[in-house]
Amino acid sequence: MQFALSIFLSGISLGGQYALIAIGYTLVYGILRLINFAHGDVFMVAGLLMVYLSAFLGSFLSPGAAIGVGLILVLALTVALGFAIERAAYKPLRSAPRMSVMISAIGVSYLLQNFATYITGGLPQTYPALPLLSNNVIIGGVSTKVVTVVTPFLVAVLVIALTQLINHTKVGMAMRAVAKDFETSQLMGIKINNVISMTFVIGSALAAVGSMLYFTNYPSIVPLSGSLPGLRAFVAAVFGGIGSIPGAVVGAFIVGMSESIIKGSPFSIFSDAFTFALLIVILVVKPTGLFGEKVTDKV
Amino acid sequence: MISEKKSKRGVFLALVCVCVLLALTIVLENTLDPIKNTILFTVLKKGAVYALVACSMNLLNGFTGLFSLGQAGFMLLGAYTYAILTIPVDQKAAVYYLFGGSAVGFSLPDLFGGADSPVGLILGVVLALILGGVVAAGVAWLIGLPVLRLKSDYLAIATLGFAEIIRAVFQWEKLGPVTNGANALKNFPTFTSFNVKDASGAVVLRLSTFVAFLIAAICIAVILLLINSSYGRAFKAIREDEVAAEAMGINLAKHKRLSFCISSFFAGVGGGMFAMFANQAQAKTFTTAMTYEILLIVVIGGIGSISGSCIASFLYVAASEWWLRFLDSETQLTSIFGFQLAKPFKVPLLRNGFRMVVFSIIIMIVVLFFRRGLMGDKELPDLLRKRRTAKKKGGGDRG
Repeated sequence: MQFALSIFLSGISLGGQYALIAIGYTLVYGILRLINFAHGDVFMVAGLLMVYLSAFLGSFLSPGAAIGVGLILVLALTVALGFAIERAAYKPLRSAPRMSVMISAIGVSYLLQNFATYITGGLPQTYPALPLLSNNVIIGGVSTKVVTVVTPFLVAVLVIALTQLINHTKVGMAMRAVAKDFETSQLMGIKINNVISMTFVIGSALAAVGSMLYFTNYPSIVPLSGSLPGLRAFVAAVFGGIGSIPGAVVGAFIVGMSESIIKGSPFSIFSDAFTFALLIVILVVKPTGLFGEKVTDKV
Repeated sequence: MISEKKSKRGVFLALVCVCVLLALTIVLENTLDPIKNTILFTVLKKGAVYALVACSMNLLNGFTGLFSLGQAGFMLLGAYTYAILTIPVDQKAAVYYLFGGSAVGFSLPDLFGGADSPVGLILGVVLALILGGVVAAGVAWLIGLPVLRLKSDYLAIATLGFAEIIRAVFQWEKLGPVTNGANALKNFPTFTSFNVKDASGAVVLRLSTFVAFLIAAICIAVILLLINSSYGRAFKAIREDEVAAEAMGINLAKHKRLSFCISSFFAGVGGGMFAMFANQAQAKTFTTAMTYEILLIVVIGGIGSISGSCIASFLYVAASEWWLRFLDSETQLTSIFGFQLAKPFKVPLLRNGFRMVVFSIIIMIVVLFFRRGLMGDKELPDLLRKRRTAKKKGGGDRG
């Protein structure tokens, strides 16, 4: 019973963290039809930024203030990174075939990983303990970190805020229009470059929050720790129907839960294999995912 | 008629070039000091292996327009098949010591008289490489059944997923007696086994680089022949426009499957060669990062150009293993252009890992600003021919 509860708790918290990354994928894919391979690495960079900023700020601020300022700076810098990546690597290729943009995304991911390896010297970096989130609590006899409990609620709040933004603001309306039809919305006077930048800003901000929650549960970060969570989150986005935010969240919780269950079973080596098998089954059986809209190809 | 003659001359020229290149590898390896020039031969061998894999990926991504990211998975299949089938019987206990011996009780070179005899070595290695390719192609056929129905980026992510699944399966402890679990397979014949030795065991004729080049050249030639056949034209039609191709009577499913299987076959052979190059086969080397590396080679060389892929793979391997090495070591300069410095100057930034940063920046520049890569979709003979006709035209104007 306790074992089941601990698996459930870790599945919920993993799911929430994946949800925050998956939203970034789903928003970008919805608008640009691009699998942003670099998104997982942006998530990793956010984690590393926190490591370095908390060490740097800690030298002249009190520990609590250092973490607080650090969190805000991480958020701002990650957003800046996401924005810069879009402007530098994706915008020049807007009229190029989709394959070129995807290759560019892979190139950015390669660059971020290599740069992180250079900065860290390839050594695992210890993530700083965040106040409150890193404390232990006992639920039903299972000891866990506060972050496990906080994650689902934080995700719920953020997702509700995001859906409000998309459904009830001008920017949100523009985003929906661009996702529906790129060229027509341009003709209607929507500045698509601003809208696309906005989606990258939102996605990166959520990835930064996700990295704070995710890495609190893990002892250290290496330059490759972004790529697999990124791919899993992408699977979650496809599962829920790409382009749909509630879909991404539901998909992320399913992926997180199944990963947690498999990691607790004797088949733990197959946890990623299962995630990908899930992806392939969905793509073959129901390519639009749980909540996705059907797109017809025009000749 | 004229164009046919020209293409025949092109083929003849290409054949001569390849023969000269092969002869050159033998000459180079036997005249240069092998210990001082280790890095050169490492680059040449790895370059040959990567050239083959890059060409196989180009066949799929560049010529058929199927964006697949499963190359490392198929290489893994080829490498493991090769290794499992060629580890000599008397070495099996040592390699599989964790699992109390191998479940595969035979070894191909041993069947033909052992890896020490030329016949056993050549037959065994060639058969094992081909079988490695066949296994990869068989698995590709199975994977292709569901996956090839997907389009562009979904296909990419699904094949990437399959490569990850294959990697997980090969690391499974339960399969240990066959795959040696997560441990490396080794002690099988490698490129250096092809060096000819005399009775006392001293090397008389070095052929290791030649063998790598020969296998790669034969495979790439087959790929080229395929691309220039009616199948190749069908592949290109599918790349340009699926709907139009189908309307012209090309069986989409069949040709896509064919392209996928053939590409995987050569990726499997390339994987076997990679195991020969690396002297070991281990599942954890065949990661997604390896697929990305090969994809970047294809992009640098030009998507849809076989000669571009070959040139790019040697450039890529040489740059990453050799020419940019100095970026990774901290350097103290004591003199610049002959001027003695008062105090040693430490070159900034140079530190372990900087090479890869510079390298990925170069790749990003290629991807963003030279989108067509080195060759675009042209081949080497095309470029030469164009220059010749341009010259002729220029001459005509003047005359």
